Amino acid sequence: MARKLPPKDVVIVGLGWTGAILAHELTEAGLDVVAIERGPWRDTATDFNIGYAPDELRYSVRRDLFLQPAQETLTMRNTSSQTALPMRDFGSFLPGTGVGGAGTHWNGHTWRFFPSDFNLKSHLTERYGAARIADLTIEDWGLSYDELESSYDRFEYLAGISGKAGNIQGKLQDGGNPFEGVRQREYPLPAMQMSYAPTLFAEGARSIGFHPFPTPSANLSKAYVNPLGIAMGQCTACGFCERFGCANYSKASAHTTILPVLMRKPNFEARCNSEVLHVNLDATRKMAKSVTYVDASGEEWEQPADLVLLCAYGLHNARLMMLSGIGKVYDPSTGEGTVGRNYCYQTNAGVQLFFDDKNFNPFIASGALGQTVDDFNGDAFDHGSVDFVGGAGINCIPTNGRPIGYRPVPPGTPRWGSAWKKATAENYLSVLGFSSQGSSYATRGNYLDLDPTYTDRFGRPLMRMTFDFPDNDIRMSHWVSDRMEEIGKALKPRQMVSSRRQKSWNSVPYQSTHNTGGAIMGTDPKKSAVNRYLQSWDVPNVFVIGASAFPQNAGKNPTGTVGALAFWAADAIRDKYLRNPGALVSA
Amino acid sequence: MRLSFAFAAATALIASFGANAAENQFDQLERGRYMAVLGDCAGCHTLPGGAPFAGGVALQTPFGKLVAPNITPDSETGIGNWSAEDFRRMMKTGIGHNGIRLYPAMPYPAYSRMSDGDIGDLWVYLNALQPVKNAVVANQLPFPFNIRLSLIGWNWLNFTPADFTPNPQKSAEWNRGAYIVEGPGHCGVCHSPKTWMGADKTNVALAGEVLQGWMAPKITAAPRDGLGQWSLDDITGYLKTGTNRFDIASGPMAEVVSNSTSKMTDADLRAVAVYLKDLPGETQTRSAIAADSAAMRTGAAIYADNCSACHGGNGEGTPKLFPRLAGNALTQQADATSLIRVVLAGSQAGATHAAPTAPAMPSLAWRLNDAQVADVLTYVRNTWGNAATAVPAEDVAKLRRQLQSGN
Repeated sequence: MARKLPPKDVVIVGLGWTGAILAHELTEAGLDVVAIERGPWRDTATDFNIGYAPDELRYSVRRDLFLQPAQETLTMRNTSSQTALPMRDFGSFLPGTGVGGAGTHWNGHTWRFFPSDFNLKSHLTERYGAARIADLTIEDWGLSYDELESSYDRFEYLAGISGKAGNIQGKLQDGGNPFEGVRQREYPLPAMQMSYAPTLFAEGARSIGFHPFPTPSANLSKAYVNPLGIAMGQCTACGFCERFGCANYSKASAHTTILPVLMRKPNFEARCNSEVLHVNLDATRKMAKSVTYVDASGEEWEQPADLVLLCAYGLHNARLMMLSGIGKVYDPSTGEGTVGRNYCYQTNAGVQLFFDDKNFNPFIASGALGQTVDDFNGDAFDHGSVDFVGGAGINCIPTNGRPIGYRPVPPGTPRWGSAWKKATAENYLSVLGFSSQGSSYATRGNYLDLDPTYTDRFGRPLMRMTFDFPDNDIRMSHWVSDRMEEIGKALKPRQMVSSRRQKSWNSVPYQSTHNTGGAIMGTDPKKSAVNRYLQSWDVPNVFVIGASAFPQNAGKNPTGTVGALAFWAADAIRDKYLRNPGALVSA
Repeated sequence: MRLSFAFAAATALIASFGANAAENQFDQLERGRYMAVLGDCAGCHTLPGGAPFAGGVALQTPFGKLVAPNITPDSETGIGNWSAEDFRRMMKTGIGHNGIRLYPAMPYPAYSRMSDGDIGDLWVYLNALQPVKNAVVANQLPFPFNIRLSLIGWNWLNFTPADFTPNPQKSAEWNRGAYIVEGPGHCGVCHSPKTWMGADKTNVALAGEVLQGWMAPKITAAPRDGLGQWSLDDITGYLKTGTNRFDIASGPMAEVVSNSTSKMTDADLRAVAVYLKDLPGETQTRSAIAADSAAMRTGAAIYADNCSACHGGNGEGTPKLFPRLAGNALTQQADATSLIRVVLAGSQAGATHAAPTAPAMPSLAWRLNDAQVADVLTYVRNTWGNAATAVPAEDVAKLRRQLQSGN
């Protein structure tokens, strides 16, 4: 039986990027806030000690910072005609846990989506006709890029993003992304100093008429003091970002940008190693009254609050809604229900170029040190003559040259033994890789719901993921792979190896931790779980913040947009909800 | 509720002061509160997270453990039974209520410089605090130091009660700074070298001293290992925010900044800076240890692998984040205890409202052996224009043992 605690103004589930931003904004507004985080507290000097932070075996191979499947996993299948089985090891995606969440061990690519990504359905319908998107269940966000622009800006300045603007107040900027939406000002820091591989990639792309630019990076090009007064260091390009915490205070995360200020506030409290089981609703089922959580010693507690913010990883936000009865779970056979709808992913492919006469020193790297070509992303190009919608960013971002994982060898090389060693030695320094980060568009058959068979350690049903790459996205990815191969040919390698995206989705090899949707935002309460302010249509004192709100995923990493949505939701709560608690949009 | 109680208490006590009775209560209370800031009373008398001034912070002295008592106006366990004159006498002479002699861990040798007016203001403030019942056993010293009578002899040898005497040759600002440093601020308690009896060596005041496993550095104007390179703004910035272009406060000084100096007025901080910058510091020339010595070469390699990612290839550091090592007085103190300590145990900088980052140095004790710590510190102390004595591996071994045993 849960013991009841004194009420708080706000309870936040999950203390990662969104939880920390919301906690900071709402404590500034004077509210008493508690964040409940199921993973441990982590601290840079103690947990990412410079002496062992770059321990590849511990952090990358054994995934020390990640959620362990014994704590929570999902079942997966490709289509609803199959029986889903539990993922007993995470592979395709790696959810985070602990204070800072996945934002602790990310690479740091920090994008704004294109304006046309936000009104995707109406934009594509208008430009290409409704028949072009008949197989897809894509939606508009109910929020325009222009409305979100200042929130993007706040996230970029909070995090010290290093980049080159492409379009400031409508004026195209040399060296930036000419396809991006209008921004009001330059990035807070200049782009990172390029290493050789992205420099060469950019030369090749430019030689065939493409428009490469520096990837916007949360690894800092220079020392920085953010608007909260928190100091960050210059990235040393050590090549240990993804799957690692940063020892140098030079990768933006909740730790390096918010927590030092947040933790000093008397009206904020973080409870770690405490897992929220569900949100408790009142008798009307229209108001949340508390959350129930279990602490590290197994004690169960009930934390009442006026406002409940689900700030867990997107997948877990969706599951908590399902377990709490917030909104109706989506059923693909009827097309009814909103929670679990429009689960999307990322459609990636890659190219490796083998050279004889180049030295890329791949160990000089960082998670987001690279160049991107956005010519074929989203609707930056005319889709009139192609058989798909969507697109991909083409990224040359050599994130690491780590000794265990980075062993680029040509196809046909034995997987072990002296021939493999010889091929490693010959190719380690001289391989150039780049990849496409493709959009993932929603279909009726890709969704999340609760598994009928498998349960977690508390006896709660696991979430079931039903997903395969839509044919539209596969066609898109192949078309972009053709473009990547054009860049590859321009660089005249000894050998080019193209890894194209194929059906079906396989949960084993790592692909991307960009799982989106499941609690999407929108204008229609029948098709979306939350309104344009990320407020639950069904239970208005619950806000659900994260990539769970994306109606579909763009060809870009999600974190920049997740951060912007956090500021957007915080503004809505502070400026609208607190003044007049209740539904901010009438259903 | 609490506020009204405080004012009620203040009213009652001010009345007992007689001469001050007509004075504006709020002003006196505010002055007293500020005196508690200048004196950093909270540093010893408030447990982190505990009730203000209710005592309980243990001080490790070379003679054993002393615990700071409860100085809230609780009549049983605090100073509720004291009179204003008891308090004044204690601050001036170290002899408390009922004639009990205080150990000089209570810095009455410094507080004796304070004016009666300032002491009276502080008394009013302390009596306006919420009384907290918290019995503290202050004297936890081993024999023979636990015999308070021995303090008669100590005082006779080491302590001459004296009011602060302004120097008419100097500016009012200088004299204000001197008053704060020598009196309520009691900077010398940590920063002045001590005799074998634990008294300040008055001839080398503020020249640096090791205590509680930290080196409280020299804060005279000595050019290499004092504040000679620091501008007035560097000093005031450090005291206000805990950080400047050279350093970030950590260890006991981080607490001093947090509890005391960050709350001082800009004018007082400037006065302190003016005074410190005027303290003569010796200008003896030192030459750096040759870069090609074995220790220096080993140290350079260790530095590149372990330290340079944050502190920079040339010891340049990053403002507000990674202390600068090149040209930094702290790296060139005669005694390397603080340097050894932060390498072994790591250290979290203090946070202030103006500089909230509180970055931390990781512990490297598990990674570097005594000789390696010694070599890398010898390298840091003798590179980029720095010059100081080599760090012996035995000093590292000794502090490592001390840290492991929790002392």
